[in-house]
Amino acid sequence: MAIASMDRMQHPRRIKIHPLPVRVTHWINAFAMGCMIMSGWQIYDASPLFPFTFPHLMTLGGWLGGAIAWHLAAMWLLVANGLVYGLYGFTSGHFRRNFLPLSPSAVRADLMAALAFRLPHRLGRYNAVQRLLYVLVLLAGVLAVSSGLALWKPVQLRFLSLFFGGFEVTRRVHFAAMAGIVGFIAIHLALVLLVPKTLPPMITGRAKEEA
Amino acid sequence: MSLWPRKRVTLADVQPDLVRLERRMILRSGLSLGALTLLTGCDLSDGDAVDKVLWAMSRWNDKVQAALFDPGRLAPTYAESDITKPFRFNAFYDIDEVPVIDGVAWKLEVSGLVTDKSPWTLERLRALPQQSQITRHICVEGWSAIGQWSGVPFRTLLEHAGADLRARYVGFKCADGYYSSIDMATALHPQTILALDFGKDPLPPEFGFPVKLRVPTKLGFKNPKHIAAMFVTNDYPGGYWEDQGYNWFSGS
Repeated sequence: MAIASMDRMQHPRRIKIHPLPVRVTHWINAFAMGCMIMSGWQIYDASPLFPFTFPHLMTLGGWLGGAIAWHLAAMWLLVANGLVYGLYGFTSGHFRRNFLPLSPSAVRADLMAALAFRLPHRLGRYNAVQRLLYVLVLLAGVLAVSSGLALWKPVQLRFLSLFFGGFEVTRRVHFAAMAGIVGFIAIHLALVLLVPKTLPPMITGRAKEEA
Repeated sequence: MSLWPRKRVTLADVQPDLVRLERRMILRSGLSLGALTLLTGCDLSDGDAVDKVLWAMSRWNDKVQAALFDPGRLAPTYAESDITKPFRFNAFYDIDEVPVIDGVAWKLEVSGLVTDKSPWTLERLRALPQQSQITRHICVEGWSAIGQWSGVPFRTLLEHAGADLRARYVGFKCADGYYSSIDMATALHPQTILALDFGKDPLPPEFGFPVKLRVPTKLGFKNPKHIAAMFVTNDYPGGYWEDQGYNWFSGS
């Protein structure tokens, strides 16, 4: 037994966790999403929907014109990268393999275990709560982009604008999508800090197999 | 056979290294977030490499919007009961600095690629066919308000002036120092009007007396007020805000 584990130590089996397309699109998305959110906050501050503004230090663009320039430039990167990821996710089986099955009972059970700090991290396998959060944030991304398009082009895409309930409702939908994504990022980063060994595989793609 | 004496390696031996490695990874991703905050200084004003990319993307977005623009697609119209009251004043100066203009002496100068450069008085403009609309004014800042504007369909005015309708731009110079320009396709759009009235009355000073361009297919800052001169051109005329970084096309 001792010899076996020693062998394992010297020649650890490194298993693939994140394939290259996932890693590349993850980091491009992190940059593009960061640009979109921070410039979006600057745009929000020009005409706040709610009785608060975002601190200037957390925003991108310096002023409204700069922020809009960032927002309407980074949107191309965000959408192109999102399309590549979505295409890969559907064609490679990445979505089906990692996000399914997803049942309410499994989510409930894993959530209870997580809240009791009894949900172990399993290398390369998402628990039901993670699956739900990943699916929800992808949907929030789709909502953010589609409501954003409706705000950008309320005349040329007037049916999309009407679908969301008109210009003023769409602004709130767009804000809600952002809030959902930011909420996800907060949980996501907190979990990476709690279980830091999940970070290197998103860069190298591989992790040592757990003993 | 290894040249080095074999030594039993335990997890405790490598743990500190692993922890260091993990910290380095976290630090690295932290640095890339830090790099992002360095970019927050890029605001289109100092001409560095990032600013150049932003300007280039804005010109690209002009082209995309021109391609997306459907000359027959109408902006949504609203009922009189939907009109926003009070309507919001907005300019690059305060309301007490709104220009005072004598409507009798005022003339609209016309120049550039037109055959008839005779200026237009309010009387002459009133004699042309008029059109009314209740549409949503969308400000680049994000807020919007519904208002009623009436005036001369801009296409009618361009035709009366004998404008070259294949020219690329129509530019505007205003009595308050503001200036802007629009693409010809938008200038010919059926809802683009040279507004003389706001609601049932002549434009009040704060909303652009004596004439303002009403373009419901563009953001508010593309609707110049207190217009003193217009010109038809193929040379990009820019605009007060556009030259500082607002996207030029800014179509809705």
